[in-house]
Formats: sequence, C-alpha cells, structure tokens
Amino acid sequence: MKKLINKAVNSKLNLDFSIVKKARETAKTIALDTQKFIDKHTTTSIERTVCRLLGIDGVDEFGVPLPNVVVNNIKKDKGLGKGVAIFIGNAILQKRLSPQEIAEKISKDELDLTKLPMNDLSEIKITITKLTKQTLEKIINNKKKREAYLEKFGEKEGPLLYIIVATGNIYEDITQAKAAAKQGADIIAVIRSTGQSLLDYVPYGATTEGFGGTYATQENFRLMRKALDEVGEELGRYIRLTNYCSGLCMPEIAAMGAFERLDVMLNDALYGILFRDINMKRTIIDQYFSRMINAFAGVIINTGEDNYLTTDDAFEAAHTVLASQFINEQFALLAGLKEEQLGLGHAFEMNPELENGFLYELAQAQMAREIFPKAPLKYMPPTKFMSGNIFKGHIQNALFNMITIMTNQKIHLLGMLTEAIHTPFMSDRALSIENAKYIFNNMKSLGEEIAFKQGGIMEKRVNEVLNKAYSLLKEIEKEGLFSTIEKGIFAGIKRKINGGKGLEGVFEKEKDYFNPFIELMVQENPI
Amino acid sequence: MNNKFDKTLDLTKIKPYGDTFNDGKVQISFTLPVEDDEKAIVAAKILTRKMGVKNPSVVYHCPLDKGFTYFVVYGRLNQTIDYTEIHLDAIDKEIMAREQINEYIKENIERKIIILGATTGTDAHTVGIDAIINRKGYKGHYGLESYEMVEAYNMGSQVPNEEFIKRALELKADVLLVSQTVTQKDIHLKNLTQLVDLLEGEGLRDKVILVCGGPRITHELAKELGYDAGFGPNKYAEDVATFAIKEIVNRKKL
Repeated sequence: MKKLINKAVNSKLNLDFSIVKKARETAKTIALDTQKFIDKHTTTSIERTVCRLLGIDGVDEFGVPLPNVVVNNIKKDKGLGKGVAIFIGNAILQKRLSPQEIAEKISKDELDLTKLPMNDLSEIKITITKLTKQTLEKIINNKKKREAYLEKFGEKEGPLLYIIVATGNIYEDITQAKAAAKQGADIIAVIRSTGQSLLDYVPYGATTEGFGGTYATQENFRLMRKALDEVGEELGRYIRLTNYCSGLCMPEIAAMGAFERLDVMLNDALYGILFRDINMKRTIIDQYFSRMINAFAGVIINTGEDNYLTTDDAFEAAHTVLASQFINEQFALLAGLKEEQLGLGHAFEMNPELENGFLYELAQAQMAREIFPKAPLKYMPPTKFMSGNIFKGHIQNALFNMITIMTNQKIHLLGMLTEAIHTPFMSDRALSIENAKYIFNNMKSLGEEIAFKQGGIMEKRVNEVLNKAYSLLKEIEKEGLFSTIEKGIFAGIKRKINGGKGLEGVFEKEKDYFNPFIELMVQENPI
Repeated sequence: MNNKFDKTLDLTKIKPYGDTFNDGKVQISFTLPVEDDEKAIVAAKILTRKMGVKNPSVVYHCPLDKGFTYFVVYGRLNQTIDYTEIHLDAIDKEIMAREQINEYIKENIERKIIILGATTGTDAHTVGIDAIINRKGYKGHYGLESYEMVEAYNMGSQVPNEEFIKRALELKADVLLVSQTVTQKDIHLKNLTQLVDLLEGEGLRDKVILVCGGPRITHELAKELGYDAGFGPNKYAEDVATFAIKEIVNRKKL
C-alpha cells in the first residue's frame, strides 16, 4: 500500500487514491465471498486437468481424449465429488499401472475405477503426491527455461508487440509467426478456431483445419513453441507465445500451456459467462484452478475487459471496465498470481467521431496505469470502429500506438489496418509493426515530458470513472457477483445463474475430496 | 503518353479516375513469395501488366521475411466497362426514419412486428447483430429494440440454426435476421445455406422474411443464397426495418 500512496503524489491525473483503496477492498470482499462458493465445488474440466497433470494424454479409438474417458468413468458412478486423484491413486496401488496405462485400460473397458476395492487413503495420497511432485518439477523446469532465456537475451524495455496468427493450419501459422517475429513482434498469439471455447474436451494432435483460427492442442502448442524458440535464438530475443485459457476447458488449457511453456494466457474470470454463454458457476470454479496453474507456471494472464467495450459504449461503460479489473485482480491474487502476472485488459474503442475522444482514451489509459502500477496491462487496438477504410484504420491504429507509448502500456496488441476485412495478411502485420515501431521510437519520452492540466478534461474524466466504478463495486458487494451478472451490468449482457453451457459439469465436493495439485501448488507458491 | 486534359466521361467506357478522366490510375499492393531484389521488382511489374495495367510503377517494396516481398504498385488500367449495362436488383433506396417506420407499421400492418436476430453457427461475433437490434444501436442509429412498433429479440452469438428456428416458431417471428462475420473458408456460406435448407424442410421459408448481414454480405449474394435481402457495412436498423415492413405489406397484397 505504501507504494500506492507514493504513486498518488506522482499521479498525473490527481487521482483520488483513497477511493482506489476503497474500491480495491470492496473488490476483495466480492472475490472472497465468491471464493467460498468456489472452494465447495469441482468440475469435470478440473478433474480432467488433474488427469492431464498426472500424465494422462491421447485419445481412444473414437477420438475421445483419455482425460474425458477417465472422468466419465468416475462420473457415471457419481464419484467425482471425491476427485479423480483418489481413484487413480487407488488403481495405481491395486494394479501397479501408470496413470496412462490405467486410462488406456478404461478406454478398452478392461477397468472400472469405481469398482476396485479401496486401498488405505493415506497410502493413496502418498502415491499421488509423489506423481504430483514430478509434474510440478517439470513445470518448474519450464519456468526456469523461460527465465534462462530472458536472462540470456534480456527483457525488452517498453511495450511488447503482440500479434495474432489465425490461419487454421498450425504449420502455416508457424510461417506467419516466424515472419512476424523477424519483423519485430515480441508475442505471438495463435487465435483459436471459432467455437473451440464451447467444446467440452480438448482436441488432440497437430491440426491443419480450423475456422477463424487454429485449434488449441498440446501438440500445436509444442510445435509453435519450438518454432518460436528457434527464431528467437536466431534473433537473440525471447518470443513469447499466447493462447486462450477460456471456455469449457479453461484449466486443461492451462495445464497444457504449463507443459509446453506458454508465456501468456487469456484467462478472464467473467469472459466465458458474458461472451460465450458458459454457465457462471462453471466458469467461476474453473477460472480458479486454471489461474492457479498459470500462477505456478509463471504465465502472464490477460483479462478480457476490452471486450465489454466492443458490445457496450466505450465512453459510457468505462467504469464497468475498471470495476471488472478490480474484481479480476482480486480473483487472480486469490489464485496465487502476482501483480506482475496480471495483464488486465482495456481497449481503445471510442467512437472516432467523439469530440476529444483521444483525450478520454489517454486519460483512461493513464488511469489504468496508475491504479495497477505493477501489472503488465494489455491494451487492445480499435476494432469496433474499423470500417474497411484501411487508410483511416491505419491512422486509428497510430493514435492507439501513441497512447501506449505515452502511458507506458506493456502488452500492446497491434491493430491491423484490415481489421473487419480478413484475418491479417503477412503484409498487414508488417505495416502494423512498422507503424508501432515508428511511433514508439519517435515519441519515446513524450509521456515523461508532459503533464496534464490541473482540473482539466482528463482529470475530471478519470475521477468520474473511478467514482462510478467504486459505486458499482459497492452495488456488486451488496448484490453478490452472480446476481450482478444476472442483471446485465457487465457489457450489457444478462446471464442466468443456471443458464448457459456446462452446468452439468459442476459438482459439489465431498468431505474427502482430494486434489493434490491445489494443495501442493499453494505450498510452493503461497498466496 | 497523352498529356492533354481529358474531359470526356463516356459511361459506356468508364475507367478508374486518378486526377483526370480516363487516366485509368490504380493502386495495387500485394506480396510475392520471392526474395526482395531486382528480379522481384520485374516480377511484380509483369504480374501487374497481366492484370491489365499499363506502365506499372513499383513505388515501394520491402522484404517481409526471407522469401517474401511486399509491393505497392501504381499504373494505368487498360480495361473499360460499360456502366450503362449494369442492372441491379437493389433494395429500395428510400430509407425511412424510425418515426416513419413506426407510423407505417401502425397504418399498414396494424400490429407490432416481431423480429428475431442472431449470429448463427460457431461465429462468436455479436457486433453486427447488436448494431442492428440493441437499443443503443450504432453510430447514432438506434437499434430495433428502441422502435415502438417492433418487438425485437437478440439471441446473441453461436446460436445453432436449429435453435434459431425453434425460437422463431415460439415467437411467431415475422422477420429473421442472421449475422455472419467469420468468412474463413466460406463457413458463412455453408451456415447461411443450411438455415435456408432447414426452413424449407420445415415449410417455413415463405412464412418469414429472411435477411442476412455482415461485413462481407451483399444483397446480390443474399439473393443467390435464397434470402430476401442482404445488408453489408454501413447499413443500420432503419435500412433493415424499411425493407422488412415494405416486404410484409407487399406480401399481404399478393
């Protein structure tokens, strides 16, 4: 807190940090209240994640992923409330098989986990804990490898240039990604195939077909990681890899990312609920375990508040973004993430025809920077008002670039002049990187050189947004998070508590529920 | 080169306009999968000549990666077209304002009309359907929810065609709006066609006014796919509503 107070003195916007403090405390109460619910539940995707973390991978003869096979085997006899780890540990002891062999036997109907006689519980736990430690060791080694790379090549100063590849074919994506890295991209995100977020399983193997993107599979992660390491060695830079830890398989994707050394994950607490109509209980429970894994793996998470502004008005809904950032921050901290891992999202989405729109954008970006000083904020380019007029679009992106360099945003998603036309061409990315590099170099220290007018438009604007965000948080505190979402306060989208997809995958934990990863990860990475 | 100031505009033989009639000036940009060198520039010129461009001039080129070069080329197009020969099956150009639309419905239909919209299939983009339906609309054009005489429903994105039809039946919708943004590998075409097939299968196609929209949708394309109308960029709730109400009234007359 001390640091924040120091910052307050230096606030360029004369922000009222006593309100910031109160807002943060309110968000914490909201998160803690929801956490009580989270702690009592597990989901099919969390249990599938435990399978993956215990080394189960591959698919059966019908293409069903083995983690799903194992979870279904236990679910049919209503055993999920205990957690899969107990059953797998028991089978290891009874059958002297590895988790992978156990899964394969289940898929061939040669084994039924709930039908085995139960071994002594403490012995099961010892067996599973041993395996759990091996997995965590593997993840720690990946983290060390990333750190070694960053040590060797050095971390880039200033904004990280983030670009997207989305051809649908992982091999074509690699070509695009390597070219972009050479042009100057620091972070490559492989957009997922449209609709993957609604699949209640993770596809398997290298994939060459997808719509609007490429399937997130562990093999695709591995292929892209390898390619980026190669091009990184060549360039003497560490190229970060991003994917999407969202949808019905949030924690599974986190586990796969931890295995394949992904660096950044889209991982929002509310996004799936609002924008993919995934049941809110399911998402809230899943986000916790997925973030815990990301925290442990040293992954930077990106939150999705920018999306509120593509459906809602960027000027009028600014306070909902800030309120959500506060909530996302608290959920993330509860899952063990450090502030340095919180790529809280916001976006440059005001109507270009709005008078002084640039000032409001600048004010809000500066405000986010001051309220979350350690977080590597994720700043999204204009998309809603990109029109197909590529020339104007290039200028919209230039204004966006200016704000990033003036306010020191960290994860800078490059805007494409052909947004709203097609997934980017190789040349679109090159032009976009050139645009950003030009502005970042040419205006490098502008932010340090300018002060904003006291009592001016910007100062008034941010304090208004902050106060509105605080009153919204107070309202949510009173209502509870779930009923707030039911009322449609975020992004103007209403969702019902028992509506949406995936509710059938939510289970109450029984008294003897056991998830070795939650216990050990908390030990190794205290919250 | 003829530098005389050309003022002839012959609509049967039009050409692109740079700063003088019939100069045929065009700008083209593209990437070739070759190294950036002298040979690449010649290749770019040959290619643009094949497009029908006279005197192509490569004004800019740069490497994007090993084996990929980006070009910006200017030149004069040889081709002309006969503008007078083009006949469009265009949507009525008279767009009514919100109040006029409400009045028109009151006078000619005498009840509220029911409009159901969704982004169908796996497409997750709601920008288009929200712009048309949601109260606040887009760029100052209020959405259908704000129309007194319209009952508008927005199902959001990723709605399976089957569910969309089910909801349409429940609501007894007069008009169905389908938004499609993702166009990779022509998935929007498959999805739009499937909806028409399903509606025909259920015997519903003629009972509803079927409209699609999206950044890559044109009225022509929509008609081809079996829709009553299609709306591309820069079309708002008024455009869609005007078409729908006139169509309802026209059908009543039949």
